[in-house]
This record gives sequence, C-alpha cells and structure tokens, in this order.
Amino acid sequence: MALKTEEMVLNMGPQHPSTHGVLRLELQLDGEIIIDVVPHIGYLHRCFEKHCEAMTYPQVIPYTDRMDYLASMYNEFGYAVAMERLLKIEVPERVEYIRVIMGELQRIASHLVALGTYGADIGAFTPFLFCFRDRERILHLFEITCGARLLYNYIWIGGLSHDLHPDFIRLTKEFIKDFRPNLKELNDLLSFNQIFIERTANVGVLPLETAINYGVSGPNLRGSGFKWDLRKDDPYSVYNKFDYDIPIGTGEKGKVGDCWDRYFVRVKEMEESLKIVEQAIDTIPDGDVTSAIPKRIKPPEGQIYTRVENPRGELGYFIISDGSLNPARVKVRAPSFVTMQVFSELCKGWMVADVVAILGSVDIVLGEIDR
Amino acid sequence: MMYDWLFSLTGNEILAMFIVSLLPLFAFILPFALIAVLAERKVSAHMQDRLGPMRVGYHGILQTVADIIKLLQKEDLVATATDKTLFNFAPLLVFMGSYAAFAAIPFSGFFIGSKIDLGIIFIVGVTGLVVAGILMAGWASNNKYSLLGAMRAAAQIISYEIPTLLIILTIVVLTGTLSLYDLSEIQTAYFWNWLIFGGPFFGLQKLLLIPLMILSCLIIYTSTLAEVNRTPFDIPEAESELVSGYHTEYSGMKFAMFFLAEYANMFAVSAIVAILFFGGYQSPFGYLGNSLGWSWLVPVEQFFWFTAKGLFFVFVQMWLRWTLPRFRVDQLMAFCWKYLIPFSFVILLIVGLITLM
Amino acid sequence: MRDYIVKFWQGLFTILIGMKVTFKHLFVPAVTIQYPSVKPQLPERERNRLYVNMDDCIGCDQCSRACPVSCIEIETVKSIPGEVLGTTSNGKKKALWVTKFNIDFAKCCYCQLCVFPCPTECIYMTDVYEFSEFSRESLVYDFVTLLPEEREQKKKNFEELQAKKEAEKIAAAKKAAEEKAAAQANKPEEPKSDNKEENKQ
Repeated sequence: MALKTEEMVLNMGPQHPSTHGVLRLELQLDGEIIIDVVPHIGYLHRCFEKHCEAMTYPQVIPYTDRMDYLASMYNEFGYAVAMERLLKIEVPERVEYIRVIMGELQRIASHLVALGTYGADIGAFTPFLFCFRDRERILHLFEITCGARLLYNYIWIGGLSHDLHPDFIRLTKEFIKDFRPNLKELNDLLSFNQIFIERTANVGVLPLETAINYGVSGPNLRGSGFKWDLRKDDPYSVYNKFDYDIPIGTGEKGKVGDCWDRYFVRVKEMEESLKIVEQAIDTIPDGDVTSAIPKRIKPPEGQIYTRVENPRGELGYFIISDGSLNPARVKVRAPSFVTMQVFSELCKGWMVADVVAILGSVDIVLGEIDR
Repeated sequence: MMYDWLFSLTGNEILAMFIVSLLPLFAFILPFALIAVLAERKVSAHMQDRLGPMRVGYHGILQTVADIIKLLQKEDLVATATDKTLFNFAPLLVFMGSYAAFAAIPFSGFFIGSKIDLGIIFIVGVTGLVVAGILMAGWASNNKYSLLGAMRAAAQIISYEIPTLLIILTIVVLTGTLSLYDLSEIQTAYFWNWLIFGGPFFGLQKLLLIPLMILSCLIIYTSTLAEVNRTPFDIPEAESELVSGYHTEYSGMKFAMFFLAEYANMFAVSAIVAILFFGGYQSPFGYLGNSLGWSWLVPVEQFFWFTAKGLFFVFVQMWLRWTLPRFRVDQLMAFCWKYLIPFSFVILLIVGLITLM
Repeated sequence: MRDYIVKFWQGLFTILIGMKVTFKHLFVPAVTIQYPSVKPQLPERERNRLYVNMDDCIGCDQCSRACPVSCIEIETVKSIPGEVLGTTSNGKKKALWVTKFNIDFAKCCYCQLCVFPCPTECIYMTDVYEFSEFSRESLVYDFVTLLPEEREQKKKNFEELQAKKEAEKIAAAKKAAEEKAAAQANKPEEPKSDNKEENKQ
C-alpha cells in the first residue's frame, strides 16, 4: 500500500526573526525537502521612485539614503556619480578620496551586519555582538563627520556637505589598528568552527552559469568563483589609484559557490576594504570640498545609467532629466532584487533548516528590494 | 547520616523524613535555579563585552526574583482545542523528572537523599520521564509546530541516552558499584585517585586508563548536554527556524516550571559528571576539618567541594552555549549514532579488557 | 576512515579555539554605557532637533523650499512703512513680519538640508534627542515669538494698508478717469455737441 503524500505549504511570514526585514517566503514542502520557494515582497515599498519626481535633485539624496539603510553612503555615492556624469562636473580630488574612504568604511560596516546576523541565525550569538561592537566604532566615525549614524545626507552632487572632522584621521587609524585582531577573532570564533562549516558548506550551491544568467553580482557572484568587481572592471571615482585584491570563492570547505564561500568572500572583502582605507588616509590631498557644488542643479535634457559596487552587488541608477529642476524619472537597479530571483533556485532540494542558512548568506536588505 | 541525625534531633520519623526529602529541593535547587538564571545572563553578557542586568538590585542580583514574580502573575492561557489533562500534566512530569533525580545524588558524605544501591540507574531512569513530559506537551498543544519540536526533542533525548549509559557501564565495569555514594567514597584521598586520572588503581592499569577516562568524560559531558537541550543541541527550544519548540503554548507558572526544570537538570547532569569522574564531594587536597580536629567541619567542606565542581561544570555548559552555533537536526543524530556510540563501545571494550589485567 | 578521525579532531580543536576566545572576553571590560544615568557625549556636528532663532529670521522661505518632506510652514506679512523690525545679527535689515513658522517634527527627517540655505544661520540643529510626546499634534513646534493678538494685529495692519492703497489707487484712477473724461468732454464739444444734444433730447 503506497503512502499518500501531499505537498505542504508553509509560510515564513513577514514577521520572522531570521528573514532580514519584512519578507514573506512561501515554502512548498514535501516532508522536510523544499520543492519551491515563492518570495512575496512589497511590504516595505515607500514609493521612492515616484517621490523623486516631485523633489529637486539635491532633495533626492535623503531619499536614496533610505533605500539600502545598511549602506547609505553607497546609495548617495551612486546617485552623486550619476548626476555628476549627467551634469559633466569635475569634483576636486579631495572629495573623491573622502568619498572612497567613506564608501569603504560603509562596506565594512555593512558586511559586519551581514556576518553578525548570519551567525545569529545559525545559532552563535556571540559573534553578532562582537560585529556590532566594531560597527559602533565606524558609526562613531560617521557621526563626528556628518552628524548622523545611519542616514547621512553627506555625499552631495558635486561635493560633500562637510569637510572631514579634525579628529577623523586619527580615529580612523586607531580603528584600523584595532580591527585587524578583531577580524582574526571572528575567524576563530565563527568562520573555521567545525559546526558552522557543517551547517554552511555544500549548502545552497550557486553554479556560475546560473549566477551569470540571472544577473547576480557582488559577493554572491564572487562566491561562485568569478572575479568581477565594478571597482576594477568599470572604475569610477579614484578606485584605480589603490592597490587591493578581489577575493573569490574557492570551494575551500566544500563546493565552489556554497554558503560558506559567500560568507568567507565577505570576510576577505572587509580586509581588502581596510587596505583601501589605509592607503587613502595616508595619501589624501588638500582642497575644498564644497567648491564644485552648483547653486541650482538644472541638468540638460538627457538620460544616464551609472553603476557602482554596493556591498551587495551592482547598484545602478537610471536618471532621465527633462531640463527642469525635478528629475523626470529615477530608476534604481537594486542588487538584492536580482538576488531574490535566484533565491528559489538556490533553495530547491534542501531542508527547511537550510532556508535560513541560505537566506543569510545572500545578504538581502528589504529596503533595497522594495524601495 | 542526615536522617539519623535529624531523627535523633526531633525524635519523630515522619518529620525527619520530610525534612530530608524537602531539603535538597528548597535549600539547594530553588536557590540554585534562581542564581543560575542570573549567572547565565551575566556570564553571557560579559563574554559579549556588555553588562547584562544592572538595574534590579545591586548589579542586577534580584533580576530572577523579578522574573519569577512576573511569571507568577501572568495569565494562565489554555487554548480551547488542547487536550487539557495532558496539557496541565506535562510541565509537572518534566519538573518531576528533573527534580526526582536529586534523591540519589550525594551532596556530601553526610547527606544523601536516599541511599539506594542502584543510584545511577535510578537517575537515568527517572530523567527518562522528561521525554514523556515533552511529548505530552507537544501533543497537547494542538499546534503543528509544537508537535514537530517535541518529536525532535524526544528523538534527541532518547538517542543521546545511549552513549550516556554506555559510559556509565564503563565506570560500573571499572569500579563494580552502581551506587553514587559508594563511587564517591572510592575516589577518596587526594585528586590522583579521581577516576579521570585513572582511579584508585596502581601501575600500568592506571596509566592505560587515563586517556580512556578523559575521552569518556568528554563523551558523557557531550551527551548529557544533548539530554538537557543546551546549545549546540538546542533545536527544540531555540527560535529554531520556524517554531518555538514544545513550550510555545505555555504561559505563566507552567512555563516557569519548564524553565526551572531545565536549570535543575543542568545541575543534575553536571553533578553526575562530577561524581563519576571528578571525585564527587571529595576534596583534592585533604580536609581542613581532619587536620584541625573538628570532625563536624568535614561534611561542610565536602558540600562546598561538591557545589564547586557542579557549578564549574554548569559554567562550562554556559560557556559552550555562547560560543557554538547550533547543529542541524540530521547532523545532531549523525553525530550521536556515527561518532559517540562507536567510540563509547570501543571504550567499553578496552576498559573491560583492562579490568581483566 | 582517515576522514572520520580528521573530522573528529578538527571539530574538537576548533571548538576549543572558540572557547578560548570567549573566555578571554570574560575579562575585557564591557563597552556598554548605562543610559539614562550616563548620557553619551554627542559630537558637535550632531543632527537632532532643529531650533530657530526668530530674532534673526528674515522670512525668506529658503529653508521651507529646501526641505524634502515639507515639514516647515512659513507665513509672512509685509510690514507697514514706518515700522521698525530691527536688524539681524549679521546686519541685515528685516522687512517682513513672520506670523507662522511651524516645524512638524513628526515629518522632519533630520537631513539638515534646511540649515545650509539660511542667509542668517538662524535655523540650526541642536543635540536634543529626547523629546518624545504623547500626541502627534504636540510635535508641531511653533517658533514665532509674537503673541497671537500681535500676529492678528500685524495682519490687520497690512490689510488696512492694502485696503488704503487700493482705495487710493481707485480714487486716483477715478480722478484720472474723470479728468480724462473732462478733457475729452471739453475738446470735441462743437462738432459733436449737436448730435449729442439732439440725442439727449
């Protein structure tokens, strides 16, 4: 007598401690094995793109902050680069250096959140607090520069809102000195822990073909073994003046492209960002950061698409201007949105307990997906 | 012993028996559970570079008291579709399973609840009641996820009882007695007589036993950790991916019972490991009371050493909880059946051969 | 078989390393600040609640236009000639009465875009962050220092001035029209008068 089995639909609802934000995952299960995952998004939609059509160009910047709230500097950076290319403005070198420093510090802060919450999802609570302790120091650096910890409104079109605080360079150097041993501690505690490796290695493998076909970028693509980073392959700002490496996943603990690879690519990226910040801090030129900011921003008619390397992947801005003070259309290509599309492919065939491991390793932020 | 002393004090059998049976519960376990909850929070806080409870009492000492008062005054929610008898009885069963084990544990040379010959088997048997309690809780909650969590918990506890029993068998084969009191008495006179250092044997036997004893101590510590559902084996009770485990539907005092039973269980298994391998209530250096001539001081010292060892192992349990991530459920079972059980069998065989020497 | 032993040994070893890290951290002093008994020292550029110094405000409306969420509402009234409003701290002469200057802090996103365009630097961000209220309406802050009667008075004054000006303008226009009509009446009197008189009669 054959057993009658039927598929069960399980709902990991919008309120859940392990989905990073308000994401609803509808899991179709056969016992414990997942057949399909349907993500439902839109719980955090705040009409960013429609709002931009009513704002003037400088007023859009606080709105771009709030998209990917864990890496606000990079959202502003992307928008500023797009607008400067549209307006054909040259910004002073000091501005570029400071933007790179802020962007890389923001990358470290964002990866710390990703790694800390990933550990907490897997069950290790201590690395979460260690990561946040280090992140507090970075947020303090941002606070003394522009006055806010999370949503900065610092990188403006044509320059910056404030120059560096006199204490900034000293505090950053102290931070760099203290952070390297903390990274090593994180590796000891979490990355090479056998239980963590058992949970994440060989789980949720993203083959390179699939990743490229879906348009995945950032650490998720690099975790599958492909060396693609917009800072080196499509350089913007002054990234081509620094010496840094692009880490990729090598399948050290399992297959290439599994959760452990994606996680460890982020750990190694933090080290590389530290190198960039060190080099930039030592060679920062003098200048005036507000000299190139135009009084009224009225770009000529036209459109532009620019892309920058968010901590989560390729962040693209498509801006259409119709010659007036307000943009006609601002469209954002968010990397987490693309990753959600490949998520159901990643989860097929694994158990329910692995959904959390896979979701944590692709590092999505709902603010970016829903805008 | 304690019973005789109380009998001589009061002259009444029933009163003496009453006091002997209630003493471990009220004088030791309840204060211990209160302190353990606070200690867990403070230890975890300091390991994570933060402070933990600081406001209630000096540096948060009265925090657990506040928590208990809060739990006592909470509404006792019972959902309508649950099986009421089982629902109400389950926490009692879990509580009984944890606390009854303390009857056979010798707190000092002077005090043991009940001096039975089958000490260790009694303890393992009674803690098996916890499985029944958990299954009842999961089933009676009428909640898909509670049932899932309860079944996983039951599977986990039952599987991990096997390595525990095998290691206990090893010790029994070595020392020839099941009674915990006799086991503690055997490991007397300085720490090199403790079983983890080979026991009160001489020569080659002792040297051969040392690595085996260390390995078996690790195995029994790990498997008892799984029995009390502590990380890394805390699938049933952590906010495991979907569910909150078998005690989701409980509120108020019933939840407090699950909670306190867990901490009492922690101490019980730490005490067992301490007695089996680390000399129980014996002091490592000899007794102050003996050297000073005050024979009444000796039981007090023994009690102190017993508590110290138990607390140390409880601390190690907490330490492990805040360091390690969680196992997935199939890896947990694989760990037990593929690693712990073969190792325990091999150790049993080798120790058996050694005793023939 | 070799994998088996290696895995077991790896597991044990990495767990012990992790435990060493956690144990070391038991002796590291905590980084927590006991808020609210100890408040952190905020940096000088901190962006919290706004403050407007009304003595310096010239009512130019720049801050309201710069705000991305439209949380500042300003209404101004022109002063009547002869009134002295005073000067701001950097020497500008004020010409407008500000009768309404509301900032709704429930809407404010603390972005600081209103601080930069102000020509007298009268709006700036303070470091006050503990200002929660029980109702949403009490988060609308009214910065104008004139009493409500005074505001009404200024508005009335301006309206009266406007009315007077209107009246004067109408009177002047009427006078001009009359003069023009008179001039017109005087000039083509002879040729047309016959027709007109005939028509009139």
